Amino acid sequence: MKANVHVMLKDGVLDPQGEAIRHALGSMGHTGVNGVRQGKVIALDLADGTSEDQIRAMCEGLLANTVIESYRIEVL
Amino acid sequence: MRAAVIVFPGSNCDRDMAVALRAAGADVTMVWHKDAEIGNVDLVAVPGGFSFGDYLRCGAIAAQSPVCGALRRHVDRGGYALGVCNGFQVLTETGLLPGALMRNAGLKFVCRSVALTVATADSAFTRGYAAGESIALPVAHHDGAYTADDATLAHLRDTDLIAFTYGSNFNGSRADIAGVLSENRRVLGMMPHPERAVDAATGSTAGVALFQGLVRQLADA
Repeated sequence: MKANVHVMLKDGVLDPQGEAIRHALGSMGHTGVNGVRQGKVIALDLADGTSEDQIRAMCEGLLANTVIESYRIEVL
Repeated sequence: MRAAVIVFPGSNCDRDMAVALRAAGADVTMVWHKDAEIGNVDLVAVPGGFSFGDYLRCGAIAAQSPVCGALRRHVDRGGYALGVCNGFQVLTETGLLPGALMRNAGLKFVCRSVALTVATADSAFTRGYAAGESIALPVAHHDGAYTADDATLAHLRDTDLIAFTYGSNFNGSRADIAGVLSENRRVLGMMPHPERAVDAATGSTAGVALFQGLVRQLADA
């Protein structure tokens, strides 16, 4: 089985890289980009039957820093 | 006073840390990240560098290494720990210190000497300085913007756990924070490098008081 973990900075945590991307899009002439948040996707190739609880433990323990990041598990 | 310096793949301030501790009178051993035991020491130092290539997040992989289990046990039994730069990132990733270090607000790696204020002299690490004293130490980091939620920041302020603040906030740290202490004041994490300021030949001796104060207090203990 495969699962994707989407890791994003929590709302309210300043994202200077997202801000830099927003500025760059503006300078390319793309108007109306009101905000950009940058995150990452971690693609997991897992043994069949891996529980969502186990994936959540991976997220809490390593994949996301829950002080500043939120995560979303997408089982494919 | 006995100290151990952890070495991760990618550590690059480990030997400077050992030199600084030895110069202050400590008996120093180096501990490899795969070692599950640190031994009986007074202080564990987590050095700067780019442990595990800063993969995933700075310090995140290092925080899962066997030696960090030993570090956690050392701290749990009241041992002292000092994390500098990447070492500070490791200490936040292990949860031994509150908050997190994020990409600098200006998105640039900053490598220069910066002005700091010693925010508290009430710790083994800062007892060699006066509270409110201004010092200059080198910084060299890309991910040094200290971040914590409002409640954590208020708690740090209220309980005098902010050790150092920046004179000029160049990296976007909340509350200008350059270094914080643990609840029991025995763990310090800081982005500036005191171990790079212990010899006049390399430009500054502003870090000497930190190591001497620490060695003196732990030698007395």
